[in-house]
Amino acid sequence: MTSLQTAPDTIAQARVRRLPRFAPAIAGAVALAAGTLLGISLGWNVAGIVVVAVLLYLVGLNIWSRLVENARAATDRMMTSLIWVALGLAFIPLVSLLYKVITKGAPQLNGRFLTWTMRNVIGEPGGIYHAIIGTLLITLAATVISVPVGLLSAIYLVEYGGESRMARWIRFLVDVMTGIPSIVAGLFAYALFAIVVGPGTQFGIGGGVALSLLMIPIVVRSTEEMLKLVPNDLREASYALGVPKWKTIVRVVLPTAMAGIITGVTLAIARVIGETAPLLIICGNTDSSNFNLFGGQMASLPVFIYSSYTQPGRNPEILQNMAWGGALVLIIIVMALNLIARIAGRIFAPKTGH
Amino acid sequence: MTTASVRTTSPKRRLGDVVFANLTRTAGALILVSLAGVAIFLTSEGLPAFGAKAGELQGHDNFLAYVAPLVFGTILAAVIALVIATPLALGVALAVSHYAPRRIATAIGYVIDLLAAVPSVVYGLWGIGFLGPKLIPIYQWLDEHLGFIPLFKGPASPTGRTIFTVGIVLAIMVLPIITAITREIFSQTPRLNEEAALALGATRWEMVRLSVLPYGRSGIVSAAMLGLGRALGETMAVALVLSASGVVTFNLISSTNPSTIAANIALSFPDSTGVARNALVASGLVLFVITFIVNFAARAVVARYEPGRKK
Repeated sequence: MTSLQTAPDTIAQARVRRLPRFAPAIAGAVALAAGTLLGISLGWNVAGIVVVAVLLYLVGLNIWSRLVENARAATDRMMTSLIWVALGLAFIPLVSLLYKVITKGAPQLNGRFLTWTMRNVIGEPGGIYHAIIGTLLITLAATVISVPVGLLSAIYLVEYGGESRMARWIRFLVDVMTGIPSIVAGLFAYALFAIVVGPGTQFGIGGGVALSLLMIPIVVRSTEEMLKLVPNDLREASYALGVPKWKTIVRVVLPTAMAGIITGVTLAIARVIGETAPLLIICGNTDSSNFNLFGGQMASLPVFIYSSYTQPGRNPEILQNMAWGGALVLIIIVMALNLIARIAGRIFAPKTGH
Repeated sequence: MTTASVRTTSPKRRLGDVVFANLTRTAGALILVSLAGVAIFLTSEGLPAFGAKAGELQGHDNFLAYVAPLVFGTILAAVIALVIATPLALGVALAVSHYAPRRIATAIGYVIDLLAAVPSVVYGLWGIGFLGPKLIPIYQWLDEHLGFIPLFKGPASPTGRTIFTVGIVLAIMVLPIITAITREIFSQTPRLNEEAALALGATRWEMVRLSVLPYGRSGIVSAAMLGLGRALGETMAVALVLSASGVVTFNLISSTNPSTIAANIALSFPDSTGVARNALVASGLVLFVITFIVNFAARAVVARYEPGRKK
């Protein structure tokens, strides 16, 4: 027993000296205090103080560790700190952006803003009703095109294609398609309808086609993942009962994966509903409501935000504020869709066999 | 579940099966057709621009002279974005995969997803309305103290709407995609490699450097390339933030900046007609080809990491 008890002691003596566990906290507090003192005496703003404090912390902890521990430990501490600094830097823009949009946009939100259009509105704030209608209709069109194509393609990939050459190419090119710039999708729709309908055609359904080009790859990939999760036992049980393959897919496989598919489709909608560039090209912009997807230019929320901010006309103040209001509404819609997707995923949690 | 196995197991092919199988195959083929369609329609609509005469292309002699400065600006903005975003994304990915406790790591993942969910036009609004003005003093400082470096020659832009601001906004926008892929690859690092490094007395950073980073090296490269593809094609943030004049310059902080292909299309398309519009479509084709190549190469590398392909 005695040898066992002494063993840890010898190890402890042999080990290099370590800084106390709360060393980073001490270094952080000292750095922040020094940075604040320096900043106040030199009259910097908060951003300057934080930058200096972080630098002091990195250098200070490094030197302290180098003196007490060794160079390797100092490097380790340094990299750990840098990784957390990177994380902090990544969060700053998001917080700043949300803060800015909410504080600038919230005063704009009222009944008039949501129910009026910009038709014949001069010198006073109008509304974004026409833009919301446009966005909903165009996104609906994109969804109606994308979901059947995406769903059927995913079924092909999982149930029929397997590892055949065509399936592998589709899988790969779908991945590549997720990287198509949105403006190229807009140009595609423009060029397509310029040839099919006539030069310079701009209407809502073109926006639907452009957005579906961006949406289909997302739907295919998420649906494919969900179909793969369906246990093979279910399919085999169904075949054993003499059910045809197509009926097995429609009645057994799809219902099992439905929750995940709904989540994936909702996330895909959230992805494309904020797209601006394609709609700018193929849908144009207008101040009035247009309920007809197949005729005339159609406003949409993102295009409204863009054009109100860049071409505010004679009352820049009013229209630029409306752009911020529109941005807040757009962010609320996107976040709500993300939330719905997660809740839907949780409610209809996949009933897998394991 | 191949068609071959169906043939051997069921003696007669049912009509429903044939129809359904062909329906799904058609949908799959439709995706390939639409991708080819993008190239075909852009080419057919952009073709007149290649034979355009001087004077029809915003004062350029031919299409090549017209598109070259735009390609330069596109690549410059994307490279700035990558230089900023890649180290940050690697830090965040390591924090999620190896540093943060699991519960915090999940929360970080949600926040990064949120960053990806913000529409690009809102990023643009933030860039022109908030970030740009905030950066003016920094640009002035750079101009005064580091003006001897060509990158910061100045004179500093009074609005902050420079290619450098664009690079920062693009960096924020590509951060989520680089993070998502690298964190996926880092978390696939063989456990044995990590434990072997630790058992030999490596500190946590040495373990990361010796086992995680070498394993993920090509994954990091392709993640950065996917980010590059994204930054090359980003439109609205650039169109809103950049005060572009179509010059070719490495001066990052002045008020005369190179434009990008995507931003140029968005800015000029509504007001242009005839051959000018064809030229915009043709420049879109150039953008499509560039991003397609970048994405193709990146995806080819990422595919190697897919479970089951390679141990």
